[in-house]
Formats: sequence, C-alpha cells, structure tokens
Amino acid sequence: MKKYDAIVIGAGHNGLTNAAYLAKAGLDVVVLEKNEYIGGAAVSRSLTEGFTYSNCSYVCSMMRQSLHRDLNLTKYGLRIVPYVGQMYFGNGKCKWGYWNPDVEYNNARSRNPHDADAMARFFTDLNRYAQVIRKTLLRTPPNPASMKPRDIMEILYLAKEFWKLGEKEIYEYIRFFTMSAVEFLDDYFDDDLLKASLASAGIIGTAVGVHSPGSAYILLHHVMGDVDGNVGAWGLARGGMGAISNALAGAATDFGAEIRTNAPVAEMIVKGGKAAGVILENGDEVHAKIVVSNLDAKRTFTKIVNKEDLPEDIYNRAKNFKFRGSSGKVNIALSGLPKFTGAPDNKFLNRAGVMFGCSLKSMEKAFDAWKRGKWADELYIEAVIPSPWDPTVAPPGQHWMSTFIQYCPANLADGPWTPEKRDAFGETVISNIERYCPNFRDLIVHKEVRTPHEIENEVGLTEGNIFQGELTIDQLLFNRPFPGYAQYRMPIKNMYMCGSSTHPGGGVSSACGANAAREILKDLGKTNVVPEDDCNDD
Amino acid sequence: MTTNQLRYPDEELRHSPFHERMVALSARDSWSAWNGYKLANNFYDGEYEYFCIRNMCGTYDVSPMQKYEITGSDAERMLDRLVTRDITKLREDRVTYVVWCTDDGRVIDDGTIFKTGPQKYMLTCGSPCIAWFRKACFGYKDVDVKDVSDTIAGLAFQGPTSYSVLKAMGLDGVETLKPFGIMNFPFKETELMVSRTGFTGDLGYELWIDAEHALDLWDALYAAGEDYGIQPFGEEALNMARMEAGFIMPYMEFAEALKTVHFEHDQTPAELGLDWLVDFKKPRFNGRAALLKEKETGPKYTLCKLDIEGNKPAEGAEIYSDKDCANQIGYVTSAMWSPVVKASIALAMIETKHKDGDLWAEVYYYKELRPYKKVAKCTLQNKPFYAPPHAKKTPPDPF
Amino acid sequence: MKKYDAIIIGAGHNGITNAAYLAKAGLNVLVVEKNDYIGGAAVSRELEEGFTYSNCSYVCSLMRQVIHRDLNLTKHGLMIIPYPGSMTYSEEGEIFYNYNHSEVAYNSIRKISPHDADGLMRMNADLTRYATVIRKTLLRTPPDPTSFKPKDIMELLFLAKEFWSMGEREIYEYVRFFTMGAAEFLDEYLENDLIKAYYAVSGIIGTALGVYSPGSAYILLHHVMGDVDGSVGAWGLSRGGMGSISKALASAATEFGAEIRTNAPVQKILVKNRKAVGVVLENGDEIMSDIVVSNLDAKRTFTNIMDKDDLPEGIYEKASKFKFKGSSGKVNIALSGIPKFKGAVDNPFVNRSSAYLVGSMEVMEKGYDCWKRGRWSDDPMVETVLPSPWDPTMTRPGEHWMSCFVQYCPAELADGPWTPEKRDAFGATVIDKIERHAPGFKDLIVHAEIRTPHEIENEVGLTEGNIFQGELTIDQLLFNRPFPGYAQYRMPVKNMYMCGSSTHPGGGVSSACGANAAREILKDLRKTNTVPEDDCYDD
Repeated sequence: MKKYDAIVIGAGHNGLTNAAYLAKAGLDVVVLEKNEYIGGAAVSRSLTEGFTYSNCSYVCSMMRQSLHRDLNLTKYGLRIVPYVGQMYFGNGKCKWGYWNPDVEYNNARSRNPHDADAMARFFTDLNRYAQVIRKTLLRTPPNPASMKPRDIMEILYLAKEFWKLGEKEIYEYIRFFTMSAVEFLDDYFDDDLLKASLASAGIIGTAVGVHSPGSAYILLHHVMGDVDGNVGAWGLARGGMGAISNALAGAATDFGAEIRTNAPVAEMIVKGGKAAGVILENGDEVHAKIVVSNLDAKRTFTKIVNKEDLPEDIYNRAKNFKFRGSSGKVNIALSGLPKFTGAPDNKFLNRAGVMFGCSLKSMEKAFDAWKRGKWADELYIEAVIPSPWDPTVAPPGQHWMSTFIQYCPANLADGPWTPEKRDAFGETVISNIERYCPNFRDLIVHKEVRTPHEIENEVGLTEGNIFQGELTIDQLLFNRPFPGYAQYRMPIKNMYMCGSSTHPGGGVSSACGANAAREILKDLGKTNVVPEDDCNDD
Repeated sequence: MTTNQLRYPDEELRHSPFHERMVALSARDSWSAWNGYKLANNFYDGEYEYFCIRNMCGTYDVSPMQKYEITGSDAERMLDRLVTRDITKLREDRVTYVVWCTDDGRVIDDGTIFKTGPQKYMLTCGSPCIAWFRKACFGYKDVDVKDVSDTIAGLAFQGPTSYSVLKAMGLDGVETLKPFGIMNFPFKETELMVSRTGFTGDLGYELWIDAEHALDLWDALYAAGEDYGIQPFGEEALNMARMEAGFIMPYMEFAEALKTVHFEHDQTPAELGLDWLVDFKKPRFNGRAALLKEKETGPKYTLCKLDIEGNKPAEGAEIYSDKDCANQIGYVTSAMWSPVVKASIALAMIETKHKDGDLWAEVYYYKELRPYKKVAKCTLQNKPFYAPPHAKKTPPDPF
Repeated sequence: MKKYDAIIIGAGHNGITNAAYLAKAGLNVLVVEKNDYIGGAAVSRELEEGFTYSNCSYVCSLMRQVIHRDLNLTKHGLMIIPYPGSMTYSEEGEIFYNYNHSEVAYNSIRKISPHDADGLMRMNADLTRYATVIRKTLLRTPPDPTSFKPKDIMELLFLAKEFWSMGEREIYEYVRFFTMGAAEFLDEYLENDLIKAYYAVSGIIGTALGVYSPGSAYILLHHVMGDVDGSVGAWGLSRGGMGSISKALASAATEFGAEIRTNAPVQKILVKNRKAVGVVLENGDEIMSDIVVSNLDAKRTFTNIMDKDDLPEGIYEKASKFKFKGSSGKVNIALSGIPKFKGAVDNPFVNRSSAYLVGSMEVMEKGYDCWKRGRWSDDPMVETVLPSPWDPTMTRPGEHWMSCFVQYCPAELADGPWTPEKRDAFGATVIDKIERHAPGFKDLIVHAEIRTPHEIENEVGLTEGNIFQGELTIDQLLFNRPFPGYAQYRMPVKNMYMCGSSTHPGGGVSSACGANAAREILKDLRKTNTVPEDDCYDD
C-alpha cells in the first residue's frame, strides 16, 4: 500500500496552504476532506440556481500577500478586489466611510470636523499597533519557557519590535491589550454611530461585548489585514471565497499534492508514540510519515486522536479550549438591489460593506442576550452585496447578500437548535434588515440560514466559532493552541496542527498553514520554501 | 445619478470664497485639495507665478487653512501651555510663529498665532488640529476654541509691489505696519484685517475678511493691482518661494507627530532648526521635559540648507559624508532649481554630527524617461537662499 | 605711477566679467570705459523722466547661469525673469502665440495648424539636440585645429566626441544644417506662413542674412541656444533693464577689488618690444599694466586703437575685413498706456511676451532685399517687447515702455551717410508699422529714441552697429573667431588679449567670452583657475 510523506486532514484554506508548501518542497502529500467539496469555511456554493454564495467566510483582508505572490495564486484564478468603503446604519441614521483617506477625510469632515481629525490619529495609532503584530503573523511564535536559541531569538525579535515603540507606546500597548473597544474608541471620538461602526470589529466572531476587556484587540485583529498595502482595507475574492481555496488547491495540485474529497477521517493511527496515518470512516487506512490536522484543537484531540495516545493535560486543555460560538450567517439571493433608507445615492458605495444595528447600546444588549443563551431582537448585522462588483456570483440584475450576525448562541437556553429555531433566527435577521429596507422581503429569492449549529455540523468548526477558537489574549501567540505547543508540533511525534487554532489565529490568512509547513520542513531537514517575512516592510 | 459620474460624491471639494475669481483666471484648470477645499496647483505655470512673487505681486488663497478662534480669560494660559513659545509676551495686534509638540517633544504642527484682542487669539495652521486643541483646553475654566476655518477668508498677498497696491487700494497707514504686525481697516460694512506675514520670504501681507466679503476684497485688490502686475499663484509657486526662504512645509520637512505610524519618523523643533521657538524659561509647556533632555545631547538630525552643484533638482536625494556614497548621513526633504539664485538648492535632514563635514548628494533624475544619477558636492548655507532686503523694510519701497 | 596687473578696455558686460574673474584670482585690475556709464550694450538708461530703457540689448537668454551663480549676481541685484512666451502678429490681426509651456503651446498651435503643432514638436527636439552640442562649447576655449598642443588636441577630441555621440545620420544632418537657410529648414517641419515667419525671425535677428540665405538656420539655432532655468530657448527679462546685468557684474568685480573708470576713452594700446604694456587715454594719460585686454570688437581693436606697425602682417587686413554688415535698428518708445494689437486676446500673458510684427517670410525677404540695396523697407520686421507690465522698476505704474528691434536697417545708406532727418524717417517707418498693427499706438507715445546702426556704432562702439561684434557666420565662428589661429583669446601682440563678442562663442549677453578669456589669461599667468569650466547643464 502506498505510504505518503504527509497527510493533511481537512481541505480548508490552511490545510491546502500547508499541503501546497509541503508538496512544493518535494513531499508526497494527500489532503483528506470530509465534505464533497473543498475549502472548509472558504467556499463558494451554488445552493439555488444562478447564485453563488460565499456561504461561510465572506470578506478577505488577512490573506497574506506574500503567500498569494509566492504561490502565484493569481495564475490559479484568484483576484482580490478591494472594498471602496462601508455604510453603517444605527439609531435611524446612515453614515458611510471610504478607504481612500483623502475622500474619507472630506466625507468625515463634512459631518464632524472633530471626529475627522481624530480619525486620522485613530488610524495612525491603530496602524502603529498593527504593524508590530503583523510582523509576527508569518513567524512561528516562541516558547518563552524554552532555552533553545531559536526561541530566544524569536523572543528577542518580538521584544525588539515591541521596544521600538518607545516606552510610552509600550505602556499604551499593554493597556490596549486589556482594553475594551469602547474605552479605546472613547479616546478619539464623539459620535456614537461612528464608534459603534468601529466597535463592531471588536466583537465580530467573538463572544465578547463592546465593553468587554480584550475587545480592543479583536478590533486590531480585524484591521491588521490589508489589501495592496492599504492597511485595514477589506477585499472581496472574485467568484466568492471559494476562489481562494480553489486557487490554493490548484497550486497544491500543480506541486503534486493529492486532494481527496468525501474522505472523512475517523481516527489517527499512532504507532510507537508516533503518528503513522489515519483511518477513514469507511475503514480505509492511509499511511504517512507525518499527519497534519487542519481541524480545530478540540476536534483534533477529542474526536480523531485517542485519549490514550495523549498526555493527560493536553486532552483537558483541548476539551476546555474556548470556542463560545457567537455568530450566525444568513445568505440571501435577491431579485434586485435593495435600497436602504438613508443610504446616499452613490454607486461607489455598492462596493462597500454594510453594517446594520450600529449602536453601542443595542450591541451590548445583544451580547447580554447571548450570555443568556438567546438571540436579541435587535442584532448587529454585517452585510455585503458582492454581486454589483462581481459578475460571476449572480445573474445580471440580480444579487446576493451575505449577512453575518453577531451574536447567535451556539447553545440555546431552551434546548438544542431545531430547524424551527433556525428559521426563527433567520426571520429575526430578515426583519432586522427590513427596518432599513422596507421592501426587502419582496426581493428575496432564496435564503440559507446558518446558526452555529449548522456551521459546526457542516464545516466542522466547533460551536461554529469562525476563528477555530476565541481570539482572547490567553489563546493567542505562544498560548495558541496551548502553552508549549505553539510551534505547530503536537505532543505526538510526527503530528502537527495547521489550522486557525494555531498562531496567528482565525481569518482567511493562510498564515497558520504556511507557518506549520515551515516547521515541518525544518523537522525533516528540508530547505525552507515558505516565505518568512510578509511583503509589507513598513 | 448619472452613470458616467467619475467622482465620489463625497470627494466633491468645496469652493473657497475666492473660487469664482480664481477659476476665471485659471488657464490650466489644475487643482488639488487642501483640507477639503479646491486648491490651485497653478494658474498658468508654477515658475511664471513664482516670478510674480519675486518681481511684482500675487495672491494665494489661504482660506482652506485651518483657523481657530481662541477666546476667554484662560486663552493665554492655554496657548502658553500648548506651544513652545512664550505667548505671554505676544502683544495685541502682533503675530507670532509657533510650533506645538506632543509630550515627547515631537512637532505636531506649526502655525501662527494672531493676538486680535485682550482675550482673543486666532491660530492658523495647515492641518486640522481641533481634537488636540480641545484636549489642550481641559483643566482651564474659561477658554473656548472655535473652528472659524469656513467663515474667515484669507488671502496671502505677496511680492515687492504688494505694498503699493494696498496703498492704491486706500489702506492709509499700512506703511507703518511692521513685519508680524496686524492692522484693521474698515472695508464695506465690515472690517479687513491685514497682517504683515507670509510664506514667501518676500515683502507681503495676509488679508483676512469674513467669507461673504471675500469677492469684494478680491475685486478691490485686483482693481488696485492692475498696474502692479497682480496675479494669482498656486501651490507650486508658493512651494518654490518658501524653499528659497528656507521655510518648512508639513509632509515635506516634517511629519505631523500625531499622524505618524513610526515614531522615529517625526521631528523635534531642534531637528527642524526651530530650537529658537522653544522657550525653556517657561516653567511648563507640552514636551518641555523631553526637549530639555534632547538639549543635553543635541538633536540627532538637523534640517540644513544645501547649495548643490549642477543644475538637477535633488528631490529625493540621499546625503553622504563621502563621495563614494558609502556612509549615508541624511536625506533631502525638498529641492528645486532656484530661478533667482541660479542654483540647485535643497533642504535636507542631516545627522547633526556630520553636518559640518563633507556633504555629497546622490541626485537622481530622468532624461527622456531614462533614469540617471550623479554625485554632487553640497555646500551648507546658513542663511536663507534668497532674502531680499526690501522684504523687511518699514515703510516698504513704493513703486 | 601705479602699474596694474591688467587693463580691460571697455566696460561692456564681457569686459566686466573678465575683470571680475581676473580680480577674483587676485589680480589688480582696471576697466576703462569711454562713456560716462558702464555696460556697453547692456545698459539701462533713463532718457525721459520716469522711463528707463534697455536701450540697446533688451532680452537675456544666453547669460550663462553658471556665471550668475558663481559670481553670486543675485546678491548683487540681478534677477532674470523668463517670458511666458512670444508671438507673431500679422497686419491683418492673425496671431500666433507660442507659450513656453509646452502643453499650453501645443493647444494654442493646434488651433492654427494641427500639422504644425506636430511638426514643431519634432523641430524643437531636433533644434534642442543641435543646441545641446553647441552649448557645451560655449564655456570652453575653442581649439586651434592646426596646433599639436595637447590642450588643443584634447579640445578637438572633446568636440568630436560631442559631435560623434550624435550618430552618423545626425552628423550629416548637422553638417547640412550649418549650411542651410532658415526658410529651408522650417519648410521641413511647418506649413503655416505665420508660424514659419515666427521662427524665421530668429534666423535673421542681428544678422545681414535673409531667411533664404545659407547659414541663417544656424543663427536661428544661436538664438534658441540660450535658456532660462533649464528651459532651452526661453528668453528672459532682466529686472531693471539690461543695465542690471552690467551693474551686478560691476558690483561683483568691484567687490573683488577691480577698479572701473568711466569717461576714459582709450586712444592707443602701448606696445613695447612686441609686448602690450599699457594704454594711452585720449586725454593723454598713460596707464601701465602687465596685460591689456580689449573688449572692443576685432575691427576697432586692431584698426582704431593699435598701430598697424605693432601688428604682425595680415592681422590688420583681417581685422579690417572682419564682417560686420550692420543690419539692425532699435527704437525705444515711452508710452502712456498699453497698446492694443489687432487680434490680441485679452490674456495677461500677452503683454508679458515679445511680439514679432511680421506676417510672412516673404515680408522679411523683401526687407532683406531693401537692405542689400542700402535702404530700409517700408514694412520692416519689428520685434516689440513691453517689459514694464512685468517689471515695476522701469516706468511709473500704468505707464509703459516698448523696445522695438528692427531688422533690417542698413549701416550704410545708398543715398549717402545717415543724418538726423534720415534717422527720424526710419523711426517714423517703424512707428507707422506698429500703428498699422495697433491702431491708436501713436497717441500713446510720450518719447521715442531712434537708433540706427549709425547711432549704435557711435555711442556704444559697435562697428556698423552689429550687435554681435561681427557676423555669426560659419567663417567667423568657433576656431575662426575672430581669426583663424587666434581663437584662444591671445592676440598676436604678447600680453594682449581679447574678451569681447568678436571672440568665441560670439554675440549675445552671455558673459562667456569674458569668462573664457579670463581663464586663458590666468593660465598664462600660472594662476589657479577661478572661472567655471562647465556650464551647469549636463543634459
């Protein structure tokens, strides 16, 4: 029977990235995917005829440009088109912003000169923090308890980046890590709607409220990405997020990797304390020298690895890894472009993100509802309509809208999720949107409602957590997934992890998969083929 | 909405109160933006307009400049704490050039403070700073900062014949106005404030009036100036004149400290050659401790004026201490061929310890699309490149 | 009695430049000037109260920027202001406006002739290419091609290198160009008469050539060779008149210790043992010096203030045959207002530009034919410049003065010598011509100064009133200027030099002749060179 050099479990974008780099280095790699399609949460799916949804992740900003370039993803069809800006609705008002700083300045100033001025400072400060963190994205985090020269070098590197900030900034930085988004924003702005729109980045995908300590960092995590050097800018993958996975798969395949769909893994084979392959659900065995899991930490260690093969503390840590699913997703096919009340007559803003329910108060209320295992009547909804600027995803004149909802509990107080509850949730979302677009319901052709329940079951993200585990400081950097195991090597020899449960965390960035590949190649004594630094030399 | 609209609706730049007249005189229709207003790059040609400043007289629309009215019994204390200069010494009807710094002593912006009344000041600066000024007001009881940028129109009126035009316009007494002085004249049913200030190094004034009377002022000035060669000039010409005068420009010589991502990219007053604006005799002002500390060791960089051999403007050039360009010690911040001095001049940030040694610039330029570089000797200049004696005379020379 | 290191005869701009550089090198220098004012043909004179004329030369373009910079003339009060453009008016009110700004110019020309707008771009590129080569020789002493001295050979190689860098095809073009008529040259690029007339003017200014005469193409080049601030071919105005240039140079020279004496006409250069030793003034004073430098033209130098006996054979003859062929007149007019030309648009740039009053090349050719017959044409080419809207120092506000340069005006009339009556008749012709272009012009006239070649020769000292101190024809250029074998500023009498426009690179207010001569003198004295060798331009 054929023995592979490496098996990658899960054809999500990180798994594919990992496979591509291992194959590039000359390894014989197979990727095993449980679904009949690849991509994990970075997929494009046609669920009703003529419409293609990015039915999980829907924007792209964290995708590492150096990887895009290195793997020549453009050749494999990937095109990232930047957003022009965003519109945000709250308290009965609509405001909008642009990524172009000159345009944005004029726009902001016409509303509130004070906030326009503060905005420049806000983004300067945020960039200052972000650029330090960003440098760590394509690096393996060090183990602070280790005395290996490599780890010490990494710590020194981080310290250098850190100390370069100057004493005052370091205090600010430490403070920042423990701050809430609202506290942070209060330093700069007067306007509630503006603050709410910015604070939303502090809660997306995470079970924290805008007032919760740590939400400021989540906010940073979201502006850390960039499109073509425009820090904080978001982009759309042409053809949907699946285009990213397809491009990665194209690159991996060209390097000789094999991708097998409909191949759910039941168990990992461990022989003599070493990973040796996997057993599929149909009983087939696949052997390899190395096994890489792209599943989240909990699924990896509690579902496909035998408890007996693990050190005790790891099992417990995996079991307790914080997920706290808090997001829902509704994808809606529309027969026409919705007109939102109060939105400017400005076709440029068709290429913008749309945020509903931007009110610090209602956002906090929604968080409170989540804590009680319910969803709120008034939700924070982040929407985008890709079709006006992506001709490949809807028939001409028709559109589809992605709505991302914060918060939607993974576990309801009144018992498990049912199709009825799911539809009720969907109904709440539609009626929320209807407040901003009275005839919205009439436009609906088809909709797909996904609560954490659906996301977990179909995509395999525990509790539907989009980041494969919360992005809180206790689960970041050398703590991700577990202290001592942040270098992608797992407690079982020849076993690695490469998903968003590892550093640098969630988001369609390919960074986890690339970093893991680098470490694997190091262990195999192969020449590194993974870009070490990001393109951004700022 | 038309489908061929190419502009973001929110990018539609506002028109300054003088815009109508400027459009009529613009041969090239070349505009850029300044604080949300349309700003002329030039009207015909930068050099042509530059010579208006040096030879006759010209107007430059400073209406888009940020103007803040600061009033109240604590206004003086607030300003004194804000800027590095001693504002208590500023007399009424006088103007002073100032910088203000962060707590780390890095320059946020430069500007001018006009003392227009006992408890009344006007502060003008290039970029908006209202959020910072409001912060500066915390702790003072009676001080109010009002943004009057949109209600006051400003016109810089510069050049050797400018004085004669103001006289021809009937501004009696303007002959006694000294540099950095302010005078008020009745104009129509309002008041015209004239300050003898400017950004060109030549004789010149700045005229301030409420926005509704801006066009009246323009017309009166242009009628009086017809025989004196009056002409509007744009940013290109201004930039040439200010370089020759050795004046600094934001985003060229310095990066506003509150808006720099890399903290080492901003500057202290001493690095900009503005240590004379820092009054350590004042017990407290923003950045004092940091600047005092810097004073012990001296600034790391110093902004220098360079005369560079050859005729290629040294924009973006790097400065070395040796002809082989092995040891980089600085970089050019702005550069031009000076038509008046007939020299290639530049402002450059140079490591202080090297500035009195040999200086070489690696100059980059294009000839018909092909890039070239050459190494040129630089000579340090201590005085402005061009400082005509007539600029400071009171009364000025009549024509 | 005091003995100087060097005496310079004539305080024209080249003489003063020469004095400045000699003084800068530490020499004890005296400049002697016959008039009671300095400047020669680069002067500003107030002949009518409230009006200052540049009454000889009137535009500045050839002035070497490197000298301006090196002598710090800005500090000494000099400011050169470029014209925004220049234009041609026909009597019918047609107008061709050539803006210096190339994009603006393209649009303006395109309205008249799309063909020519395109052709001009090619022509300007070609002219600039020719000019670039020539310009590099301006601040160099021309080599003697018959010499075998290393320096001369180096210079020839330098010129050859510049020449050969053009490529074979271009060299043929270049050689052809030197022998072409301006009209022929222009016909290759242009079709519109007015536009051709505009460019052809540069081919005849100051020179006794017609637009069809071989060699006039080079004169055209000579005029576009200058530049102001890197804008090749651009012309500039000297603030305060052309006298500002002389004044600034004099101020620099004086600061270096040179002495300038006016009202001191030289009668004779003293020669002893075939060496120049000083000069005798007309009042009989003798001034001794180690070196004598003449800034006078070649003819005056060798035939007026030198003894034929002091000269080697042949030089006197060559000097007396040096081609002058005076052909230009000048009328300076004080005006009570701005004249309005037919067809002129209401454009602030128009009044700040020079204007040629000529409708076609044929008109110029007719004027040339008249000149050949010793007459002036009824319809001469007049170049008008109105400096005052652009220079507040020359007239009172609202009043103006106009410089009119007239081509052609014969130095010698067929019907006998110039008389004041004839001069006035010539002036009337010019004013009538302007009146035809700008009705109402005569009513504005406050004062007029009319200068035929006769006046220019007698007052300024330019033989036959030739503004270039001798024709700029190929036989009198480069190593042929003034005479073959003497193009290195050293004259046949030892310790005697020439530094005027009769030497390389020729006429125009460039300071180049004076500076080059100073360099050669310093070399002979084994002093360190203080004269810039290269022009700033490395293009």
